[in-house]
Amino acid sequence: MSENTENLKQLPLGDWHRSLGARMVPFAGYEMPVQYEGVMAEHIWTRTEAGLFDVSHMGQVNLSGEGAAEALEAITPGNLSALGAGKIRYTLLLAQDGGILDDLMVTNTGRNLYLVVNGATKHDDIAYMRQQLPVSVTLDHLEDAALLALQGPKAGEALVKLDVQPLEAGWPVPADLHFMEAGPFLWNAIPLGISRSGYTGEDGFEISVPAEHAEALASALTDLEEVRPIGLGARDSLRLEAGLPLYGHDMDAGVLPVEANLNFALSKIRREEGKFAGAERVLAQYPDKSEIKRVGLFIDGRQPVREGADVVDDAGNSIGKVTSGGFSPTLQRPIAMAYVPRELSATGTAITVLQRKKQIACTVADMPFVPHNYHRKPKI
Amino acid sequence: MSRYFTEEHEWVDVEGDTATVGITEYAQEQLGDIVFVETPDVGSELSQGDDAAVVESVKAASDVYAAVSGEVIEVNEALEEEPALVNSSAEEDGWFFRLTLSDKDELSDLMDEKAYKAFVDNL
Repeated sequence: MSENTENLKQLPLGDWHRSLGARMVPFAGYEMPVQYEGVMAEHIWTRTEAGLFDVSHMGQVNLSGEGAAEALEAITPGNLSALGAGKIRYTLLLAQDGGILDDLMVTNTGRNLYLVVNGATKHDDIAYMRQQLPVSVTLDHLEDAALLALQGPKAGEALVKLDVQPLEAGWPVPADLHFMEAGPFLWNAIPLGISRSGYTGEDGFEISVPAEHAEALASALTDLEEVRPIGLGARDSLRLEAGLPLYGHDMDAGVLPVEANLNFALSKIRREEGKFAGAERVLAQYPDKSEIKRVGLFIDGRQPVREGADVVDDAGNSIGKVTSGGFSPTLQRPIAMAYVPRELSATGTAITVLQRKKQIACTVADMPFVPHNYHRKPKI
Repeated sequence: MSRYFTEEHEWVDVEGDTATVGITEYAQEQLGDIVFVETPDVGSELSQGDDAAVVESVKAASDVYAAVSGEVIEVNEALEEEPALVNSSAEEDGWFFRLTLSDKDELSDLMDEKAYKAFVDNL
């Protein structure tokens, strides 16, 4: 409680959160809501109804100009040049040695590429992209845009209650978006960029809105009976249950994609070409040749293990690290993510974690811990 | 019986040589949903300021320090099954442990209810 609260930047919805009784904490250089009524209740509400998250601290960036996708491919392993208009891809920003500088969502808006990057890394990401991308690609940091995430099984029916229309003919209405699709919309003459995506494992949307209209949109959503505001505390427990890594915790610049168990982000055609930053190092580990791997853990008993706890062998030597850990409100038991030696990464393997001099028995678990509930496009 | 408080938001009820220790209403409110309490072993000797217990919320673990020195004689077994007792009844049913005081002079380091309330109001 003694964290330095000076020099914290305010987000567009700061006063709105406070008026709803949020407890504000410093996060990524901003003052942000960690909880309203309580993490457990907010978590369960999001899993059963719909929660509204303010994620305006995240970086929103437009890349435009001829060859923007190809240029971005030089520092990411995603197949971005084949990304169709209205489609979203999860990818990784890679350093020249293949280390993970960030994870991000890339949307082809039809006019440009729209990127959402992590709040804590956005300034470094932007500096790196400006340095790496050719002058023909223009980078705009959308600092005047807020970002709201509406997440939960009732997110779709909630959004339909707002009269949101496609910006132009040929684009779907929000209800017709599938998981990892996006489009431009209008609500009360306010332009919105809406993506069917999120960070909870639930169906839902991320909505980019001009900062001056963020409060009106947030209030219109939370006025709906199925929508409540949700803080960062539940955002973290939700993403952990969903098996989604958190940058700066579950991976960082010292980790390669295969180690981070993010093989799905290394698209086939990009692996075959091998033309991206650090490709040689990254692909040398593909698909299963890294010495360590990020896994999920079930913890025996009721006591959570936390980030930083050591994974130990029989002799008590450190052989890995817990990178995220908490209590799963859905499963009512502690869960964690950890890096372990690959030979101990198979589901069901017994693992020991040492925390405060106490050995805690764990078992490698499949992720997600709680099944995803995405609104996927039916397979034809 | 007298109740004392610490700046770390613990309460200490003293009856004769026996002290019962828990965390305050303010502390439980700050911690949020409590999912686990690690209590000390019965028979362990605690010195004032030692790590005595760990209280775990959904998101974070917090240490509880020994407000006073003594030998642990009983822990609240009910917390094992129902750690949320600390949320619902922090200053009564959600007590953590009891100890036999080894140095009653240490109580003079602690605050009374009025002083603690003033301390919290200034946070």
